[in-house]
Amino acid sequence: MRNFLQVLVDAVALGSLLALVALAIGLVFGVMRLINFAQGDYITVGAYALVVPTASLTPALFLGALPVPLMVAGVLFVVVLLALATERVAFRPLRDSDPATLLISSFAVSYFLQHLVMLIHTGRPKSVGIGQALTTPIDIMGLRVPGIQVVTMAVTAVLLIALVLFLKRTSMGIQMRAAAENFQMARLLGVPANRVIAMAFVISGVLGGAVSLLLIVQTGTLDIRMGLMPVIFAFFATVIGGMGSLVGAALGGFLVGGASVLLQSFLPDGLRPFRDAFVFGLVIVILLVRPKGLIVIGAARERV
Amino acid sequence: MLEISDLTVRYGKLTALDQVGIRVGQGEAVFVVGPNGAGKSTLLKTVAGLLRPARGRIDFDGQPVGGGAPERLCRQGLALVPEGRHIFRTLSVEENLLVGMMIRRDRAAVKDDLERILGLFPILRDRFRGVAGNLSGGEQQQLAIARALLQRPRLLMIDEPSLGLAPLVIDQVYASLRALNADGLTLLVVEQSTARVLDLATRVYVLRSGKVVLADTAEALATGVAMEEAYFGYAGQANG
Repeated sequence: MRNFLQVLVDAVALGSLLALVALAIGLVFGVMRLINFAQGDYITVGAYALVVPTASLTPALFLGALPVPLMVAGVLFVVVLLALATERVAFRPLRDSDPATLLISSFAVSYFLQHLVMLIHTGRPKSVGIGQALTTPIDIMGLRVPGIQVVTMAVTAVLLIALVLFLKRTSMGIQMRAAAENFQMARLLGVPANRVIAMAFVISGVLGGAVSLLLIVQTGTLDIRMGLMPVIFAFFATVIGGMGSLVGAALGGFLVGGASVLLQSFLPDGLRPFRDAFVFGLVIVILLVRPKGLIVIGAARERV
Repeated sequence: MLEISDLTVRYGKLTALDQVGIRVGQGEAVFVVGPNGAGKSTLLKTVAGLLRPARGRIDFDGQPVGGGAPERLCRQGLALVPEGRHIFRTLSVEENLLVGMMIRRDRAAVKDDLERILGLFPILRDRFRGVAGNLSGGEQQQLAIARALLQRPRLLMIDEPSLGLAPLVIDQVYASLRALNADGLTLLVVEQSTARVLDLATRVYVLRSGKVVLADTAEALATGVAMEEAYFGYAGQANG
């Protein structure tokens, strides 16, 4: 039982992280039908901003050397700026193109950023020690939970609540939901397209920066592909959650993260290396049963 | 108020509107009728800024507005209720109306307007906090019109207000349109069916295959023969 609870905490912690990435992807998809694979590279760049660019495998800290509040603000700032820059340069000029074109543009941005980081920091994985105090387990009712998992869940909870309040209670948030549902109609009513889309990228940058920090404390490793797996898992999360539904994206994140951890723990030893195959198999099964994802928006039939 | 001349709109090689000229005067209720594919929706979408004209001129209050962005045009007083209503289904009725009010800067007057418009469409007050997707088709049409009215437009364009509605509901929608027009709101209405035209229209244009084939006052068309001929093409050809 105790072991199972331990696994459950792991599952929720990983699920939280993926939910954050999935929300970022879902939000941007909502307003401009772009599946932004560069989201993973936002995470990577945010993490690399913590260290000074050198060839060393144990680089000196840059933003990471600042006091925690400044460090967090610094990383978020860098990632938000990056997200806005990519929107301006790579996505805005293509706004009226079809989703496939936008998708390809996001791959281009992703590779560009990956190689830019490689150029500046070299391609070899580096180790970085930040927030190591958080990795020591703390005792919660007999469970030994690493502090970072508690922090991850708490940060996710705070960001989710903040996002819900923003979307429900502020004028900008309501405009964003309107634009996500029907962009043309929102524009007809005067919702400024540029501002809403930029806002979606700002939020995706904040979420990306938060994930950078949580991930780096957890793993202590910088790698130019560190954002790749989270973004792929999160993409599947948004798909099974129902493309365009933010609740679905968050739910999908928890589901994919949970499934991944549970499979890791309970699969027979010989099958564990193929864990991801089982996760993606599960995604396929869910999509076969519910092709439009778990939460379908605009499903209510029209009455006359 | 609205002066459209020589307007041509193309989708790729297909010409949807061919040198169309339409005029809407202050306080009028002008109808554009025509069969499916005549270019009626294209006309309204182009005026609202959703489509770019290939050539021609659109003047609103003497200002050229052709090719402007929709979020700018609605601030100049042009509102479009598009075909199929396009309410935000996942938002509440209140939130739908809030999006409509967003361009307004006169907060006190907005409140009065909201009260007045909820008086016009009482069902929306009953469903204020409910999700808009749960409204019936007629209620959605009322919400779409209410939302457009909150922008305080000087010209309200409506694309097929009767589409998909039960006859009794159409009566209600038209009753509210008549009341609005009597209050001085200028209307440009597109309909596929000619049935309701004489209820409300001051003048009528018949559009067929992207061209204006008939333009006259509603009274002159009251007999309905000329309009039907223009609508369907030449009756003689059809019979022979």
